Amino acid sequence: MWNYTDKVKEHFFNPKNSGVLDSANAVGEVGSITCGDALRLMLKVDPDTQIILDAKFQTFGCGSAIASSSALTEMIIGKTVDEALTLTNRDIAEYLGGLPPEKMHCSVMGAEALRAAIANYKGEAWEDDHEEGELVCKCFGIDAAMIERAVSVNGLTTLEEVTHYTKAGGSCQTCHEKIEEVLEEVLAKTGALKPAKKHAPGTVGLDAIKPLEPKAESAAAPKLTNVQRMQVIMGAIEEMRPQIQRDGGDVELVDIDGKDIYVRLTGACSGCSQSAGTMMGVQMKLVEALGEFVRVKPASLMPAHAG
Amino acid sequence: MSQGIYLDNNATTRVDPEVLQEMLPLFTEHFGNASSMHGFGAAVGGKIEWARCQVQALLGAAHDSEIVFTSGGTESDNTAILSALEAYPKKREIVTSVVEHPGVLALCEYLEKKRGCKVHRIPVDKRGNLDIEAYRAALSDQVAIVSIMWANNETGTIFPVEELARMAKEVGALFHTDAVQSVGKIPVKLADSAIDMLSLSGHKLHAPKGIGALYVKRGLRYRPMLRGGHQERSRRAGTENAPGIVGLGAAAQLALVHMGDENTRVKALRDKLERAILAAVPSCFVTGNPDNRLPNTCNIAFEYIEGEAILLLLNEAGIAASSGSACTSGSLEPSHVMRAMGVPYTAAHGATRFSLSRETTEEEIDRVIAVVPGIIAKLRSLSPYWQQEAGKPKEFAPVYS
Repeated sequence: MWNYTDKVKEHFFNPKNSGVLDSANAVGEVGSITCGDALRLMLKVDPDTQIILDAKFQTFGCGSAIASSSALTEMIIGKTVDEALTLTNRDIAEYLGGLPPEKMHCSVMGAEALRAAIANYKGEAWEDDHEEGELVCKCFGIDAAMIERAVSVNGLTTLEEVTHYTKAGGSCQTCHEKIEEVLEEVLAKTGALKPAKKHAPGTVGLDAIKPLEPKAESAAAPKLTNVQRMQVIMGAIEEMRPQIQRDGGDVELVDIDGKDIYVRLTGACSGCSQSAGTMMGVQMKLVEALGEFVRVKPASLMPAHAG
Repeated sequence: MSQGIYLDNNATTRVDPEVLQEMLPLFTEHFGNASSMHGFGAAVGGKIEWARCQVQALLGAAHDSEIVFTSGGTESDNTAILSALEAYPKKREIVTSVVEHPGVLALCEYLEKKRGCKVHRIPVDKRGNLDIEAYRAALSDQVAIVSIMWANNETGTIFPVEELARMAKEVGALFHTDAVQSVGKIPVKLADSAIDMLSLSGHKLHAPKGIGALYVKRGLRYRPMLRGGHQERSRRAGTENAPGIVGLGAAAQLALVHMGDENTRVKALRDKLERAILAAVPSCFVTGNPDNRLPNTCNIAFEYIEGEAILLLLNEAGIAASSGSACTSGSLEPSHVMRAMGVPYTAAHGATRFSLSRETTEEEIDRVIAVVPGIIAKLRSLSPYWQQEAGKPKEFAPVYS
């Protein structure tokens, strides 16, 4: 729900001067049906005094559009045509106590309908120079069309330049990604800057990080005999002992039962809070040496019939 | 607005009082972290696992472990799509529909622009039905994932997702469905389906906001989006939102209980509302497929007037609804769903959605029926397109359009 001022609500719920003005001698019709706004402004102008005696409107649009139309008629009745022409969309918005940034285009539509009606009254052709795009920067009310113009006219190439020229993105910065998208589109269209090199998928960013290839299956190692296996285990444990002894402990092989290898920790390792870690270290070393999975267990867990 | 008539249940629902009661202890005595190795955590862990079973039951899933709790529908949607792309790095194509929720569409657009993915957006016909032939043509062995919603949030139109999933399987693509709108409203049975992943959101079925789930079929190649702790079997890191999860579980159980009511009484109320409005208001029509849609949803396009103005007047009358007009969103385009169905701009901007729930009463519907025609008439009296006297559209040619 938009945060509308009381004045906006007043003009929306009870619009002034709505309907058809049968005695109108000036009509302005503007709108953008794709955007959901259209306005027909009808004026009755006194040809002698050039004073706007009456004004009515018909609007297809949202609450802001209806309120802006209603406010506009109130503002111009009693003014001369030339006085009315000095009104801007900001005057309409201020009369209403302000409009949300996304709704400022409704006040723009009102100001343009006024110009179209007066051109019609004077027998002139009226051409709008109104261009509207998606609102990009809500803090400063800058739309995509304005950014596009600034970029192409001034040859801007960076986000910072866009901010300097238009203010867009200069406050909360949440629109930076959107500004960069608009910038890229314009530069690609105008060719003012070579578009960034297209990278093949999988060559930049996260995509470029390849998952690790599974290790090639090594040719099946010849199966060890029991004796060879025991020698490998004993050799691996012997390799580890100096390191463990340096910490004041020791490790000895007690038994081998298939995948279960029983060892005894002695010295400082006995009862040490880190003994489980030492056991795991021995297990990793043995798995590496044997090329097969084995479990290293403390000798205290040996089945009763063993050893 | 507590005394108002709430017909915007596809946007969010009120937390069921029973759900709230289930949740409250999780803020007080059962405040532990489920990952903790003590009684405070264990009590919470048990409640989370029970909630998982409750959600499993609602989805008709084969295993409770297939449910991964998330922060909601958008996270679930994002996770499903990103997971598929990461799990199948050689496949760079995505198939989706033009009428998906932004939680899918915006991500697809990003992946297309920034990550070199190819996105196939399958069109719909004027009734919002998916173009099955275009869908079939888009499928290939290059497609990592198909993401098609179960039911559309604006029109309620239901897509044949089980059939679409089977077709995806034929080319080896994963199939995800954003079922945020359908779960809790129509029966779902995933165990026998080819659907690989499904997103749901708690706040659409009378659970709180900020909690949802992603169904991940057992055995599916999956990569988490959030990495960190081992929560959710390492599929979604982050301390569990235990109150939300328990609330979602309770809401899932209640949804099963009320499923019959949703598809009989609520559906009848929706039909009554729709018939009465169509009879009393000229130049309006139902959007989507009236013969195949969610039982609670009705979307009516009122021609020659604009949706935000309708909502403001409805709100003034104490009625909450929603609109696909540009002006409600701040964009310049009316709803992408209306445009995809080819609804003309003059009607698309006036598309208004009424979405009921099991809490909706007949008195409320009668009140809406009494109020709507006057609101439409008032706005049409302001519209340059509407010739009130003739009840017909009027010639109107603005300088630019």
